[in-house]
Amino acid sequence: MKIENYISNYCHIRNNTVSVNGELIFKEDSNSEFADFSKKGYKQLNLSYSKFFKMDNLSKLAFLGAEYVLNATKIDADDNVAIVLTNRASSLDTDRKHQGSIQDKESYYPSPAVFVYTLPNITIGEISIKHQLKSENAFFIFDAFNADFLHAYASSLLEKEKAESVLCGWVDYDGEAYDCFMYMISKKGQRKHTTNELKNLYKNKD
Amino acid sequence: MSQTYLSYNNIISSLGFTTAQNIENISLGNSGIEKVDDKKVLQTPFYSSLIKTDQLDTAFQKLGNSIDFTRLEKMMFLSLNDVLEQSNLEITAKTGLIISTTKGNVDVLDTNSKFPKERAYLAELGKQIQQFFGFKNEAIVVSNACVSGILAVSVAKRMITSGVYDDVLIASGDIVSEFILSGFQSFQAISDAPCRPFSKNRTGINIGEAAAAILVTSQKENLSPDALEILGDGSCNDANHISGPSRTGEGLYRSIQSALKEAMIETSTIDYISAHGTATNYNDEMEAIAFNRMELGDVPVNSLKGYYGHTLGASGLLETIVGMQSLFNNTLYTSYGFDELGVSQSINVIKENTKKPLQTFLKTASGFGGCNTAVIFKKVH
Repeated sequence: MKIENYISNYCHIRNNTVSVNGELIFKEDSNSEFADFSKKGYKQLNLSYSKFFKMDNLSKLAFLGAEYVLNATKIDADDNVAIVLTNRASSLDTDRKHQGSIQDKESYYPSPAVFVYTLPNITIGEISIKHQLKSENAFFIFDAFNADFLHAYASSLLEKEKAESVLCGWVDYDGEAYDCFMYMISKKGQRKHTTNELKNLYKNKD
Repeated sequence: MSQTYLSYNNIISSLGFTTAQNIENISLGNSGIEKVDDKKVLQTPFYSSLIKTDQLDTAFQKLGNSIDFTRLEKMMFLSLNDVLEQSNLEITAKTGLIISTTKGNVDVLDTNSKFPKERAYLAELGKQIQQFFGFKNEAIVVSNACVSGILAVSVAKRMITSGVYDDVLIASGDIVSEFILSGFQSFQAISDAPCRPFSKNRTGINIGEAAAAILVTSQKENLSPDALEILGDGSCNDANHISGPSRTGEGLYRSIQSALKEAMIETSTIDYISAHGTATNYNDEMEAIAFNRMELGDVPVNSLKGYYGHTLGASGLLETIVGMQSLFNNTLYTSYGFDELGVSQSINVIKENTKKPLQTFLKTASGFGGCNTAVIFKKVH
């Protein structure tokens, strides 16, 4: 028998607004920059985690999205929670920064602290470290939010018992434009895990 | 439940433009690593395994106009084209395309590049390949640091097993660029000599470039002679550090456990391990610990980085294809560059080419972000 899976909790971070399960958590005025906005998110979550301030923008965005979804879901460290993230711009925001540090041979200053963030899956590393998730994980790139793929991949992880639940999402940071939609697929919940439901939730303007 | 198989394949590297040429060089003990002095890429000379540009452009003439495509695209197109020609596969709505790359066309970010900056988007690389070969489905781009190449195999299997696709073509590739070399150099990870995986005197990695492609299929008919069945896989995170491996090899240990559980085999049935073996202190030590925790310390193991350097997003697939040939030829290939064991736990590094009946092998990889992947394969024929 095929086991039903559910979208138990989800979070949007876009347009300087954070919402969880469709409910507004907080909002900054639209002129505020991501650096300030992300700091507000950190404060709102009552975090005391200095690593956050070393992260690049993409990792900060993914980290905050994961915090909100995992807080709502309440997991234990020994829960087998897989992480599957996707985006369009990969780590290009930091790639450009690293390229800037090597472009001019007169001022050549490549830095390991920047270079390490030139990989999109570092976001998964950051979330895994914070929540001690030694579980299945993968990062994929698509032109746009791909509900069909995320649905198929998360379902296969659950079906093959590679994980008990899956933290999925679209986390994109490109220039000053960003978009984060993260959600948890669990065995229990109200919303069925279907591609249509994912597409609808992704578009959610709340 | 449907089985999945690795079938027709290709490697484009400094050791040749077909899998057969690459294996011939490996069996003769030829490494592709050379000293390179190119100030455009790095101020100081470095060791690398580079594809000759004139050879690449000559080979590419049959596919298109060289100036319209980036270096990486030419490598990946050639590799995928060879697989499609060998397999005679008809591309349908049930044929998937997976691209595995760490940095793609990141070299176009250089202000001196003649290509538009949009080319740096990985989905753009996916589109180039999709359109050129007429794939019906959007490319799935796996970009998961240094495990990408082997993770792509695992993803292909999962998408086939869940019925999304009947066949998947994987094209993987990364090039040597100033972007990559300057970054690894800032980490002080680059060796000033040819790399020596698992050796006492190892001094770090060499970065190399390659493309590799393979057909992953659920169809048992028309498999290649060297075909393997994918028995099990796992990709677990260390949850320890973003740029260094876990000291206990936790993520790799869990990945191998997960793969073995799915494969429903004992560790004792594994005949050969194709390790990651980058020749950095921490990586090689971590692998030795993880293998011993799994009681795999006696199993013959090699790293192919001594032939190719670390080819990033291509390495996992490239090394899997070499592993296929190892099983097909019943030959364990020398772990090039190895001298004296330089890890704290005992592992059985292959010192010379050895003929031996081989049935089952384990491929592993680990990378930044704490990622690890393990996949187990078994001979079909």
